[in-house]
Amino acid sequence: MTTDVATEREVVLRVNDLRTYFQTRWGTVKAVDGISFDLRRGETLGIVGESGSGKSVTMLSLMRLIPMPPGRIVSGSIELDGEDLLQLSDAEMNKVRGSKIALIIQDPMTSLNPVFTIGNQVSEAIRIHQDIPRRSIMEQALSVLQKVNIPAAETRMRDYPHQMSGGMRQRVVGAIGISCQPEVLIADEPTTSLDVTIQAQYLALLKELQRDSNVGLIFITHDFGIVAKMCDRVAVMYAGRIVEQGSVRDIFNNPSHPYTEALLASVPKMEEDVDRLYSIEGQPPTLHDLPAGCPFAPRCQYVMDRCREEYPDRISIREGHHASCWRLS
Amino acid sequence: MQRYLLRRLVLAVITLLAVSLIIFILSRSAGDPVSLMLDEYSTQEDIDRMMAKLGTDKPYYQQYFIFLRDAVQGDLGVSIKEGRPVREVILDRLPATLYLGLTAFIVSLLVGIPLGILSSIKRGSLIDQVGKVVALMGQAAPPFWLGIMLIIFFAVSIRAFPTSGREDWNSIVLPAVTLGWYYAAANLRLVRSAMLDVLDSEYIKLARAKGVPYWGIVMKHAFRNALIPPLTFAGVTLGALVTGSLVVETVFAWPGLGKLAIDALYAFDYPLLQGVVVVFTLLYVLVAFAVDVLYAYIDPRIRYA
Amino acid sequence: MAVNSTTEILTPSSGGIMVKLAGAYRIFRRWPLIPVLLLALVLFAGIAAPLISPHDPNKQSLSERKLPPFWYEARTDVSVKTVVQRVLPGQDDQVSLADAQAVNPDVQIGDSIEFEDVTRAGGSSKYWLGTDQLGRDILSRIIYGARISLLAAAVTLGVGGSIGVLLGLIAGWYGGVVDEAVMRFVDILLAIPLVLIALAMVATLGTSLTIIVAVLTIFIWPRFARQLRGEVLQLKNMDFVALARVAGASTPRILFVHIFPGTINTLIVVATLQVGIVILLEATLSFLGAGVPPPTATWGGMVSDGRGHLAGGFETGSWWISTFPGVAIVLTVMSLNLFGDWLRDKLDPRLRQIE
Repeated sequence: MTTDVATEREVVLRVNDLRTYFQTRWGTVKAVDGISFDLRRGETLGIVGESGSGKSVTMLSLMRLIPMPPGRIVSGSIELDGEDLLQLSDAEMNKVRGSKIALIIQDPMTSLNPVFTIGNQVSEAIRIHQDIPRRSIMEQALSVLQKVNIPAAETRMRDYPHQMSGGMRQRVVGAIGISCQPEVLIADEPTTSLDVTIQAQYLALLKELQRDSNVGLIFITHDFGIVAKMCDRVAVMYAGRIVEQGSVRDIFNNPSHPYTEALLASVPKMEEDVDRLYSIEGQPPTLHDLPAGCPFAPRCQYVMDRCREEYPDRISIREGHHASCWRLS
Repeated sequence: MQRYLLRRLVLAVITLLAVSLIIFILSRSAGDPVSLMLDEYSTQEDIDRMMAKLGTDKPYYQQYFIFLRDAVQGDLGVSIKEGRPVREVILDRLPATLYLGLTAFIVSLLVGIPLGILSSIKRGSLIDQVGKVVALMGQAAPPFWLGIMLIIFFAVSIRAFPTSGREDWNSIVLPAVTLGWYYAAANLRLVRSAMLDVLDSEYIKLARAKGVPYWGIVMKHAFRNALIPPLTFAGVTLGALVTGSLVVETVFAWPGLGKLAIDALYAFDYPLLQGVVVVFTLLYVLVAFAVDVLYAYIDPRIRYA
Repeated sequence: MAVNSTTEILTPSSGGIMVKLAGAYRIFRRWPLIPVLLLALVLFAGIAAPLISPHDPNKQSLSERKLPPFWYEARTDVSVKTVVQRVLPGQDDQVSLADAQAVNPDVQIGDSIEFEDVTRAGGSSKYWLGTDQLGRDILSRIIYGARISLLAAAVTLGVGGSIGVLLGLIAGWYGGVVDEAVMRFVDILLAIPLVLIALAMVATLGTSLTIIVAVLTIFIWPRFARQLRGEVLQLKNMDFVALARVAGASTPRILFVHIFPGTINTLIVVATLQVGIVILLEATLSFLGAGVPPPTATWGGMVSDGRGHLAGGFETGSWWISTFPGVAIVLTVMSLNLFGDWLRDKLDPRLRQIE
């Protein structure tokens, strides 16, 4: 699937200038600070960044699951099918969650409730969102489990999470995500705790599910290897902002932000014989005392005086590819 | 599940045996029962007859088995003070203790669990503060003192409840509150801390992402998990309930087994005291076993281990 | 990256000086000052009882029975009375010549005078917290009572703690049959209702501090053993233990020099919380008459002393006899719990669910 095909499709999720702040003892933490992106049907958008870059807070904001008080979505809009999720009441939002926008959570070992059966947990979203007889609820749950290739799904429905392997549990979590045929599916590092073969199988499964259902997929990860395999477009996040956004091809062939460049350089490549792995010098900034100007400046090898004074504008490199860096202007 | 329950059952039986053995050893170390029952005018013939009757002419291990056999058949000897079989005396008093214990248990659940849930979901609020005070008092105030304080305030000063006994319908109120308080405090603390842990977990996040409404999250997904730690510690807290009933019945002159045990202690009525101890232990072990079964029911990880 | 990046963001990454200062301030602010002061006070009272207690705790005074605490004022009742040589019992409207002359030196036998009767004595700084039913000073008895509580706690924890630590270390280290045997024994002891057995023991063996402490010790060590065993299981597979072994350290050396120090934090926390439990148990046994025998002052026994003197409540009852020793118990145990909670959070947050 290429970018060109994707651009013709209808936009299903439009995020505009989203800002999520946390009030902490040390001041206001701008975990997400003005991000904007679109997601089309059948498209996969990768959101990439280090720990603390704000990608998981972005995910929680999209689901409106930010813990409040400390957190607050300060401004922006999240339009799903033209409807702004931030304007919905809590009860209305509950109806959207799990039915139109769903989540596949990171850690399969802890994301299933230990005291309920698999069947109960897979059918729960269906039960909440669809007004259909009990019998068809269970049938639908079963068919979802079959879709994620759980062997002997019928008997597995009566199992408890601790009776399953990590890979199986991850599939169950995936099944929960797609159980109500959502329009947008957010996968938050769904494979980090799995071993490599199971990881590859699972990614292939996600890809296949997406092809069947035409769902818009947001893939949150720090792993550019996975991005290359899975995504159509990429947004690179640093210190709560998107620093570069473009098609996978643009990002890989022409990384325009120094941070993207550094991230790509730190991905080990099979074909090259490297003596030691590249790593980015320095630490990501703590978000409560961000320096003025570009937050990457202290770690940037191309840093200029201007970088320390002003945050760079968003500069378009070509259609659908832009980055925020003074070097480009 | 069967293996788990079998294990608990064996533990329960061994506990009972251990208690019976302690009681037996104590009863024999208290002195030769024959010499206690006869006087200086008794002949050797009397002594032999009495020893044969009581079985004290046999070796100790045989005596223990006789003691056990009798106890299993419900024969706990004769109360010195009342001159009746210990079993009868105990059966007379048992209902009062069960009534008090159950009421206290219900009070503790009705107070402890809702307060624990509310304190956890409204952290730092007024209700959380109230909960903290209840919990701190419950863990630090000995029931015998708490009971006396309640008597001073509610019985002798404002005369809202009777000071002691079990005559009026409201006699149960003060003893049940006194006895239930510790357990309520324990439940509150455990439910609160477990709820806080659970509410922070990934599966709660996933449940919310499914669109489960708030109270569904709290009552279905969180609560059942939050019940596990209180159940794990139920054995310990139930111990407190038994100990507490001794004390509370004494303070309120409640005509149950606890007061019976203390009366027997003061009257040197040893057969009665050891009978009460055995029955109390039996109750305790039964309740603990019931808790184990419930635990297995709530936590599938135990059931299938 | 953790899904819950909120907590990640909230944690200061590395130490700026302001962050460190803020941390120090928080520890200071949350340091349980009042509980620690109270505990120090109890400890001091227990050790220095003969020096600081205002009276002999066992000295009875028939004329000073049930005197109220210091803030009570004497309650008087004024009535007109006839002065007589000697008041006959039950004659409330008469007053003796001697008493009357103390008020007014000029009165004669047969006069009628207005006389103030003291219906209840007031409190005074002689007995700050009043006296009990035998006229003994309650404050002094509370101070001496602290000795018994502390002694019981110290010996029980010293002996019980040592046994528990030793068996816990052994069970955790050797595992297998040894572990199984020790832990099942622990299970059984924890499943026995302690106070009942204590009652039975006291009934046959009599009451004395030694017996109380022995009984408490038997029931305290399993709690230590269980906790220690868990710690050892975690520590024994660590590299430094393997290294010590390779270096040829003997098993006792590994246990006491390499593993035991790693369990000290846990031990301190468990011990602090157990002190409260031991004090409560000792008080309970004393209350039930199965503790240290009278006339020795014990907090539990003092609460029991006051039980027969509650009638009348705050109006006319002698509520203070039971109340003050109980307050001493509550404050001590509450301080121990608060201090223990604080220690636990500082030293070993994993223990959060241990009660």
